[in-house]
Amino acid sequence: MTSTSISNSYTINQNMIRLIQLELQKLWLNRTSKILIFISFILPFTVLVLSSIKINFFGFFTLELGELGIFNFPIIWHITTFFASYFKFFFAIVVVSMIGNEYSNKTLKQNLIDGLSKKEFILSKFYTIVFFSLAATLLIGIATFCIGMYYSSYTEASIVFREVEFLLAYFVKLVGFFSLCLFFGMLLKRSAFALAFLFVLYIVEWLVFWGAYEIFDSADKAFQVKNYMPLESMYKLIDQPIQRIVMTKFPDKAELGYDYAVHFSEIAIVLGWTGLFIFLSYRLLKKRDL
Amino acid sequence: MENILTINNLTKKFGYLTAVKDLSFTIQKGNVYGILGPNGSGKSTTLGIVLNVVNKTNGDFHWFDGNINTHEALKKVGAIIERPNFYPYMTAEQNLKLVCKIKGVSTDKIDEKLEVVGLLDRKNSKFRTYSLGMKQRLAIASALLNDPEILILDEPTNGLDPQGIHQIRQIIKDIAASGTTILLASHLLDEVEKVCSHVVVLRKGEKLYSGRVDEMISSHGFFELKTDKQDELIELLEAHHLFGKLKTEGDLVTAFLNEPMSASDFNKLMFDKGIVLSHLVKRKESLEEQFLQLTDNLN
Repeated sequence: MTSTSISNSYTINQNMIRLIQLELQKLWLNRTSKILIFISFILPFTVLVLSSIKINFFGFFTLELGELGIFNFPIIWHITTFFASYFKFFFAIVVVSMIGNEYSNKTLKQNLIDGLSKKEFILSKFYTIVFFSLAATLLIGIATFCIGMYYSSYTEASIVFREVEFLLAYFVKLVGFFSLCLFFGMLLKRSAFALAFLFVLYIVEWLVFWGAYEIFDSADKAFQVKNYMPLESMYKLIDQPIQRIVMTKFPDKAELGYDYAVHFSEIAIVLGWTGLFIFLSYRLLKKRDL
Repeated sequence: MENILTINNLTKKFGYLTAVKDLSFTIQKGNVYGILGPNGSGKSTTLGIVLNVVNKTNGDFHWFDGNINTHEALKKVGAIIERPNFYPYMTAEQNLKLVCKIKGVSTDKIDEKLEVVGLLDRKNSKFRTYSLGMKQRLAIASALLNDPEILILDEPTNGLDPQGIHQIRQIIKDIAASGTTILLASHLLDEVEKVCSHVVVLRKGEKLYSGRVDEMISSHGFFELKTDKQDELIELLEAHHLFGKLKTEGDLVTAFLNEPMSASDFNKLMFDKGIVLSHLVKRKESLEEQFLQLTDNLN
């Protein structure tokens, strides 16, 4: 019994690696994807490193963001994950094109004929998304830790690792957003349409907000409704840190206070959407005649 | 005989259109099968269903003994459909490596199979630089990577130039000679006639015939005749119980046999009756004639 369950989990892992390898080969040998993946990793990293060094503007003044206290633990976790998440759009292009290309080259059909199941096809895309999100999270985590150790006034472990949950939120946010892109890619079969649909969804979410406002006659209630929508729930995972930076400068202004923490409920909503998008992608592929 | 593919009462509807209607047949190991039918007769749809890319509406099919999933079974199948589909930015070798990974077989045989289709010297060229004929040959190499139990080819010579057609046919013949089961869908009859032992004839999604090619029409053949005394010949043939239908085109008379008769017996009979033939050929219907006859009968 134990030995079969061990061998089962062994073959599941083997299969997972096989599926990721398949997808990585498809991405890595494609020059456009390779460049975009590079950008999506290198750019946030470079911005982070550049912003952490002292910049001298021709002797007039020096700009050192570190002096603003934004590289202090624990706020640095919040700031880096918030700004790095904007670079997810580069990898989002990779995600929609990895579906769009399979349709336009008809290789999706050929993959299935060669013996890949429809489930495995979706899983290979999903595992790859998780793999890249994990890599991006690790990279940002390490970079943040190093910069923080260099600049932060506090280096006690209890303060350094406080709010490290922003990394988890960052990871969940990436997986959720890329799963949404995957679903749009499967739905529309064309990369450009899928990206345009992201914008349509953004507008739809504001329409929902407007509708909820009409019903409840309260902006707070309307925002509560909008918080359940896919894009808004992903955005809400890491609230904007600007207000928090200002708060640290003016600690006596109580009206600036807001809830910026990562909540379990927020993570649960995004994970729910992720599950739904992957399931719907699979359903779509299963029902479709290629 | 070991069954490779069994199809039972398979039906596929696209909206109001019934592409495949209540189709049943069995593919047995070691034979070379042809699926014949005009364009739009449901050949590709049928293959699409058994290859896991088109969903059936009704009926069922199973691969081998029916104990494995379709996608697992497809790892033991080699198939090419319509057009060769590969990643244009990868080389031939990289594309084949990907296929090996999907099928779960080792990459050792890539060179060997590229050699079979004559592409070994171009293995490091990107797929998008290939001509259509080369793409089609690469597709065959890809289908052979796992030494499949059955090779499925859907219109493999479609759109190729004469040399390309000849190359592909030669490859198919070689593979058939090695004992691999082949299922070849085509609307080109001489293609099927040259390589297939069995045939399934489809028309508008319905099966008209399945069985051996040479038993497709229970015919004893026909004589093509020419003589100076044409009227006498026709009169005589019409009276004779061995002959059925007669056809006259100019000075050529075609007489269909109801029962077997050799050409020399016939010649002797004519000579005894005082008719001297200037032209005598005994033939059987070609697959094309049989096929047209079969499809025409139902119009």
